[in-house]
Parts: sequence; C-alpha cells; structure tokens
Amino acid sequence: MTLSDASIAKLAAQLAGKQVSSRELAQTYLERINALNPAINAFITVDAEKTLTEAAAADARIAAGQAGPLTGVPVAHKDIFCTDGWPTTCGSKMLHNFVAPYDAHVIQRFKAAGMPSLGKTNMDEFAMGSSNETSYYGAVKNPWNLDYVPGGSSGGAAACIAARMAPAATGTDTGGSIRQPAALCGITGLKPTYGLVSRYGMIAFASSLDQAGPMAPSAEDCALLLNVMTGFDPHDSTSLERDKEDYTRDLDTPLAGLRIGLPREFFAAGLNNEVATAVEAAVAELKKLGATTVQISLANSQLAIPVYYVLAPAEASSNLSRFDGVRYGYRAPEYTDLNDMYAKTRAQGFGAEVKRRIMIGAYVLSHGYYDAYYLQAQKIRRLIADDFSAAFQTCDLILGPTAPGTAFKLGEKSDDPVEMYLNDLYTIPANLAGLPGMSLPCGFDSKGLPIGLQLVGDYFSEAKMLNVAHQYQRVTDWHSRQPEGLK
Amino acid sequence: MSLTQDDVKRIASLARIEIDDAQAQAAQAQLNSIFDLIATMQAVDTSGIAPMAHAQEVYQRLRDDVVTESDRHAAFQAIAPAVENGLYLVPKVIE
Repeated sequence: MTLSDASIAKLAAQLAGKQVSSRELAQTYLERINALNPAINAFITVDAEKTLTEAAAADARIAAGQAGPLTGVPVAHKDIFCTDGWPTTCGSKMLHNFVAPYDAHVIQRFKAAGMPSLGKTNMDEFAMGSSNETSYYGAVKNPWNLDYVPGGSSGGAAACIAARMAPAATGTDTGGSIRQPAALCGITGLKPTYGLVSRYGMIAFASSLDQAGPMAPSAEDCALLLNVMTGFDPHDSTSLERDKEDYTRDLDTPLAGLRIGLPREFFAAGLNNEVATAVEAAVAELKKLGATTVQISLANSQLAIPVYYVLAPAEASSNLSRFDGVRYGYRAPEYTDLNDMYAKTRAQGFGAEVKRRIMIGAYVLSHGYYDAYYLQAQKIRRLIADDFSAAFQTCDLILGPTAPGTAFKLGEKSDDPVEMYLNDLYTIPANLAGLPGMSLPCGFDSKGLPIGLQLVGDYFSEAKMLNVAHQYQRVTDWHSRQPEGLK
Repeated sequence: MSLTQDDVKRIASLARIEIDDAQAQAAQAQLNSIFDLIATMQAVDTSGIAPMAHAQEVYQRLRDDVVTESDRHAAFQAIAPAVENGLYLVPKVIE
C-alpha cells in the first residue's frame, strides 16, 4: 500500500508514531497533484511553498508533543472558503485575483487542528451547478473517465479525493453539492445538520440552505473530519450552541435493530436501473448486518426542485448583490456612470448560470410576485420537512439513491438548465428540511462509473449515519476502489 | 406564465446586469423553461400552512456592547478596485 492509499486514521497514526512527517506527506500529495491535476483540473490554486510551510509547522507541533488527533494530515479546501493570503475565487471571474484578507471559520478550525492545506479546489461558479462545468477555471474531469463530469458543485473536491490527490477535502452543500459529486466520483461525503458547521467566511449562495461538510474516501475519515469542522461560532448567527460531539463514537456499534426507511418516491420513475439495482443490493447487505426495512413516503419531495429553484435563487440574488465592483473583486474597465458600472461589472464578472439564477431570484422577489413564488415555496418547504418528521416516527434512517444516474458526459446537459437541475432530485429535500445527509459508494455501472447511495437522518443523527456507513464499508470495498490508469 | 423579452430586460435591470437583445432572447427561452418547472408548485393547496423560512428555530443572539474587532481597513481596502485616502472610489453620483 502506498502512502496516498492510507486512510486519515492510518496517516494520523503514522504521523504520531513518527513513521512519516507531515512534510513528507504533503510532498507525496503535491507530487500527485503535479502529475494528475493537469488532466483532471480539480485544483484552482496550488501553492507548494505555503503547503510545505504549514506542514513544517505541523511537524514542529508533533515534535513538541502538542499535536491534536489529525495534526499533520493535509486537506484540500473548496475555493468557496476565504483563506487568508490565498486566492479565493469561488470559481468565478468576479473573484479572480481576490486574495481573502481573513480565514473562514472552517479554515480556522483546520489550522487550529494543525492540518496543512493542499490548495483550493475547483467548483461550479458560486456553487451553482451539478457538473462543475460552470467554473470560470474550466470543467473538472471525472477521474473514473475523463470524458465525464465529476458532479458539482464540489466537483474539484470529489475528483481530488477519487484520484487520491488529497486524503480529505472540504465541501459545501446547498442542494446536493457534497453528496452528488461524492456519488459520481465514488467517494464518501456528508452534509451535516444545518447550523452545525459555521458559515462564517464561506461565500454565501443560499444562506438558509448552505452547509459545509467533509469529503473523503470513507465514513470513518468523514467522522474524524467532522470532529474538526463542527462547533459553535458566534460569527455565524445560525450557528447552533451545542455540546461538542465525538462523531466516531458509534462507528463500531452493530446494526441489529436498525430500521431503514425506503421512500417510494426515491425508487420511482426517473431512476436509472443500474443505480436502483446497486442501491437495492446495498439494502440487502445492510439487512444481513441486522437492519430491517420499512416503506415510507415523502410525498411532497416531488416538489423539492421547483421549491428549491425559487428559494435558492431568491436568496442568491440578495447575497450576490454584494458583487458590485466597489469593495472587492472584478470591476468593468469602462463605464459611463455608477449604474452602468454595476451592470457592466456584473454582466462581465458573472457566468451564464449565475446570471440566470440571480434573474430568477430578482423576479420571484419583485413586487406582485412575492406571495405566489417565495411565500408559496416556503409553505411547501414546511410540507417537505413535515414528511420527514412523520417518516422518522417509523424509521431511524432514510436510504435511497444519491442521484438518479451516474456521471454524464461533459457538455451533455450544459445547454439545458432544467435537465441539469433534475440531478439534485433526491438531495434537495434534505437541504430544505435542514437534515443531515450523506453519500457513499455502493457499486459501479456497466460503464465503470461509480454509484452512490444516500442516507438521510433526523436532526443531529450524524453519528448514527456514520455508524451505518462505516459498518457497510467494513463488509464492502466500493469506497477503497480507485480509478485505474491514474497512478 | 411566459416571460416576454421586455420582462427579461426588466428583470436584468432589477438585477443590475447589462443584457443585449441577443442575450435577452437566449435568456427568455431558458428562464421560461425554468418557470414552467417552478409552476408545478402553484397547484398545491397551502392554505393554513406556516411558511418555513429556516431549518432551525434560531434567534438573533445578543452580546455585550464591547469592541470585538480591530481596525483592518487597510487590509480590506488593499483588495478594492479603486481607493483613495481610505475611501472607495466610484463614478460621480451627485452633480
């Protein structure tokens, strides 16, 4: 086994046992990035000098006996997190050459844990997309087949893990942006309960839905990363004041008696047959481990996409009004007056999908339309959340596919926004309800592309979800498979 | 519902995004297909349902009225497109 195949727990043990230094580890991954990133385009910014300086500091901490559990383990950060001294582009021309003057809370936590940054990963522009094709820095390629998309918006994060260019990465999930790329790239990713991870310094898309979470090969890795990322932050008004949890505490709990809810709407028309078969096989595997299943209904989840495409653009149109060419970011080179400067700056600085969503948002919030769109969407959001509450009366966890299909070809859906939006059919409901959700690999289709299964839990049930995922990963090896021909 | 070209231009103007005729035409078709998708929620009877603005019941926290931030205006203005004497420069607004 080579170093880049090791889990985070193994890397941490090797660092603590002084069998490897953080600098050596960082060097190993930087070499892989050098070799593989030109073809995959998972990173927007790599800065070997900064990474190695941070790694050297981690080694000093380890030598001084001041290491935390993951000190020295390197991690890649989605380019949506402001990182002091690093370019932070959010995948947009609007923030090209924007060097953040402060650290996002998530970045502060990884720094405090002594985990060096391997760089900033590529993403759909302002996290708006499901294929990573809307990035100003070019599409990311799926490491399993370079003609296919990695999913999005955290496509660079998912691809860099799949290609083992990093042992761990951060992502964000507004409508499925951690889970869908995790599924399409054959890795594990978790979107926590809304409010568990601070949004401070995380460039806002739809504030009532945005949530950061970990991405890595395995559930065990994700549990360790979640321990680093979560916790109260007074700088985020939606950050929840809760006692600190150890998300690894239940990993080894047997699954006997676990009740898994299977929503009939998630196995209905529109689901690819190969995905359905793989997810059903995973259910059979979990039954062997002692779980039972119960049919449930999330009837209003059918409305999740229309509701989301009112709420998310509405919130985005407000959040992205800050990009006006005055305080930071791009400003158009020529203009006649202030309004013209705004209009030209935004026309030139934003890509097509971002403009589309800002315009949808501006329209649904405009005079005379608010009740018919925004208010109606918020009411149906309640119905969707109520469906989940009812379901959790009869089951402990909900299981289904993460995405309706496997990865699609680059360019295949990029001209049809609606077709692209349908990718997030199964992931959006959890965002609307604020529930935790995760995706883990459960097989491959006939083209050799990964298939993901999704778990959705009740509020604050991350440890339970990670337990189920870990037990599944103990008896399967989908999560440890790697694309061939990359090494 | 169907947006006209003029609607699209009005929305772009509300959003402060410059748009020309060709772009407005392309945007019109795409926005209309998105609004067709959105329209499927209009038929749902939501009378008596309280709107859900947020996933968690959260309230604005109060804190002591003390200074918590240091003055970093030089760092923040160093990344601005145009600054002079500590002020952000924009085109003249008042004649």
